[in-house]
Amino acid sequence: MSATQTLLSVTGLTKHYGAHLGCADVSFDLYPGEVVGIVGESGSGKTTLLNCLAGRLAPDEGRVQYTDRLGDSMDVHAMSESRRRFLMRTDWAFVHQNPRDGLRMAVSAGGNVGERLMAVGARHYGDIRSQAIDWLDKTEVDVGRVDDRPDTFSGGMQQRLQIARNLVTGPRLVFMDEPTGGLDVSVQARLLDLLRRLVAEMGLSAIIVTHDLAVARLLSHRLMVMRRGHVVEQGLTDQVLDDPQHAYTQLLVSSVLQP
Amino acid sequence: MSQEMIRLTDVAKSFTLHNQDGATLPVFAGLSMSVAAGECVALAGPSGKGKSTLMRMLYGNYLCPAGSIEIRHKDGWTDVAGADPRSILNLRRWTLGYISQFLRVVPRVSALDVVAEPLVSRGLPPEEAQEKAAAILTRLNLPESLWHLAPATFSGGEQQRVNIARGFVAPFPVMLLDEPTASLDKTNREAVLDLIRDAKARGVALIGIFHDAETRNAVCDREFEIASYAVAA
Repeated sequence: MSATQTLLSVTGLTKHYGAHLGCADVSFDLYPGEVVGIVGESGSGKTTLLNCLAGRLAPDEGRVQYTDRLGDSMDVHAMSESRRRFLMRTDWAFVHQNPRDGLRMAVSAGGNVGERLMAVGARHYGDIRSQAIDWLDKTEVDVGRVDDRPDTFSGGMQQRLQIARNLVTGPRLVFMDEPTGGLDVSVQARLLDLLRRLVAEMGLSAIIVTHDLAVARLLSHRLMVMRRGHVVEQGLTDQVLDDPQHAYTQLLVSSVLQP
Repeated sequence: MSQEMIRLTDVAKSFTLHNQDGATLPVFAGLSMSVAAGECVALAGPSGKGKSTLMRMLYGNYLCPAGSIEIRHKDGWTDVAGADPRSILNLRRWTLGYISQFLRVVPRVSALDVVAEPLVSRGLPPEEAQEKAAAILTRLNLPESLWHLAPATFSGGEQQRVNIARGFVAPFPVMLLDEPTASLDKTNREAVLDLIRDAKARGVALIGIFHDAETRNAVCDREFEIASYAVAA
């Protein structure tokens, strides 16, 4: 049964920056269709962990094992750079907090989306353009702006464009680093609704780093709470938020202001 | 005797507040009960004795630190107390329905989609799920003009009916009802009681909290007194 095979299997992941601890001894399994949230305050090691998981940063210890569409298992940190780049264009996607890190600002919106399709071998210009327009529409980017450069877009539009660029090739696993950070709340709500819908419709697996517990509740099935590089608590999202066991999680949950 | 659907054995719960000098609030201990198919059991007892806490533990929303909470799921039993998140989500998708006191609204999602969601998550095509959602919203007298709006601005009674519709739209064999009729008028309360009666006739096992005696007497087969398991603080 494919549903019982892990997509990502993480064991003992540890990363130091000199004497400073990035993340320590993190282990978990991610299954197809599962969304895991990583929460914690700034500096708790969330982004370090995400980068280690996505193979963007080499850990000091531990392994990240990925199982591809064919059922072949591979060590993310032992594979060649070209193999990892190929994975990043096909099976994986990475949504950055700052859309500028995930988009090419000098290329048109349509080009940003089409580029990913070309990277996996699409060659027919008409098809690429129509798929790009289709994805702009899906992510609620005005399709009339297809030939405009993203640096003329608002922050929310840029973020939706980054998501279109990432999802157009039908990845299986999406890494997201604070996808709603830096956006107005009304813009956030729209983006969250979009992400929630796309994740469900495409059956995506995702690992989402956020410091916003409401975002974590809305998007993730499971939650890992990080503090000073350690995962201090993990479990079903609503259970961790509604009946937190660890002192730090209790502090985190009780510190949120209710509007 | 009908088939057992819910089986609690020696369940205990307490809360430790680490940021308030580690204060411990004991709730109950040694709690055992079972509910059979087609049976509706009312949790009874004064406020603060843990009725809602027990409901949340049954749903896996609160951790169960001691004892077991077994729910008949597909061909076997799932122990909520020891199950991993995936098993609990699977249980919630197919077996265990929960109608909370208040609807948790998601910005921008219409009432119809809120109600259809449990079916969509089971893999039903969205159009079919929406048809079923529309049917149950009609049964609960929610005006059609509201179906395509997000429930954030609905009245308490309207939100509660969306919540109830969401709970009853999929045929869950086990259901938890936390004050399902609290904010409803007589007509709508009757509509909810009808849904509960239908569920019982289908063999659904239900546990509920009903403060209103009239409602309780109308659908519950027996009461379970939770105060007998209380632990003094």
